[in-house]
Amino acid sequence: MNDSTPKEVLYRVRRFEPGRDPSPRWQDFTIPRTPGMTVLDGLWTIKQTLDATLSWRSSCRMGVCGSCGMLINGRARLACNTQLSELGAGVVAVAPLPNFDIIRDLVPDLSPMFDSHAALMPYLIRDDAAEQENPTGEFAQSAEELEHYLQFSYCIKCGCCMAACPTVATDPVYSGPMPLGQAHRYNSDGRDGGFAKRREVLSGPSGPWRCHFAGECSRVCPKGVDPAKAIQLMKRELVWDYIRLRKGHPPAAVVPKPTEIRRRPNIPDAPPRSV
Amino acid sequence: MMRDQKLWSWHVAAGIVILVLLGLHMTIMHLDEILRFTSLNPAGGEPIDWQNVVARGKMVFFAVTYVLLLGAALFHGLYGLRNILFELIQGAGAKKAVSVLLIVVGLGLFVLGTLSALASFALARSL
Repeated sequence: MNDSTPKEVLYRVRRFEPGRDPSPRWQDFTIPRTPGMTVLDGLWTIKQTLDATLSWRSSCRMGVCGSCGMLINGRARLACNTQLSELGAGVVAVAPLPNFDIIRDLVPDLSPMFDSHAALMPYLIRDDAAEQENPTGEFAQSAEELEHYLQFSYCIKCGCCMAACPTVATDPVYSGPMPLGQAHRYNSDGRDGGFAKRREVLSGPSGPWRCHFAGECSRVCPKGVDPAKAIQLMKRELVWDYIRLRKGHPPAAVVPKPTEIRRRPNIPDAPPRSV
Repeated sequence: MMRDQKLWSWHVAAGIVILVLLGLHMTIMHLDEILRFTSLNPAGGEPIDWQNVVARGKMVFFAVTYVLLLGAALFHGLYGLRNILFELIQGAGAKKAVSVLLIVVGLGLFVLGTLSALASFALARSL
């Protein structure tokens, strides 16, 4: 923060309490601006010093938990991961994620997203339930197989992609980029054998068919996941499946756990513990 | 439940058919100077010249591909339009009505276009 940086910042926050307020309204707060301040820091300052009733959802403060997705200056972002310096010197406008009902103020109701997510079975589906409950070995997977789904596994379910998706905005049946991206993540996992089960949902109207590749989901994703790509890959998989040309695979075999693990040379020791 | 998967797969297939047939059209109509399709343009001159059009019109291949292109273009276009309309309207009943309307319009245009293609084929044969 240099000398020309303003000492204060104006937050314009969308307030709404369903059942009490007739409609959402904007409320302005002017707070001190400090170096390295994030949008979330500012919300905490407002709550601690100006208005304790301001509500939002947050947890980890480090862009990992996905709780603090908000519409910040017109773009869906994580409040904890957005520095005020990124937003310039103007007003910081904060609203709840669009395409969701509002529980209160900046708290969106994400349950439709998680319902769609659960319907697409975002977990490994295999026949060997006993092995999964009491593992005797490991599910074999090569580094190359990992690459098929790795980037999609970085999703933190923050809902930013859902808020940016024009199809989610208009089609309540459409599952949306997060659930579809996660369905593709598991369909692409060599350890999984659940494609046929997920296809029951994906081949219907809530599947990827309404996506017209606006690409906004990928643009706003704070973790660099590309859900639009996942959806197009999923469409391709389902077309191959329809014409019986999809290359299926049995779920990865169980292999014994490695017994002779040795530390690779040239790896330095960890520094001594400081706490 | 596979309905959307099936429709999308046919949408893609229709797109490929359109790509191939339009490619063929562009090749015949615009690359004749390079490729010299003497059997498709027996009168010489431009591919659009009347004698050449009649010569191609007599061929069963072209009558069949006209109908095929018509069917593919109608399905591809109307399915795309249906997707757009489904974003603009809500409610299962309204969506059903749009689907039925587009099927009726599509079948009507297909029958009309097919009859036209067959009529032009018969006309060309009679010349």
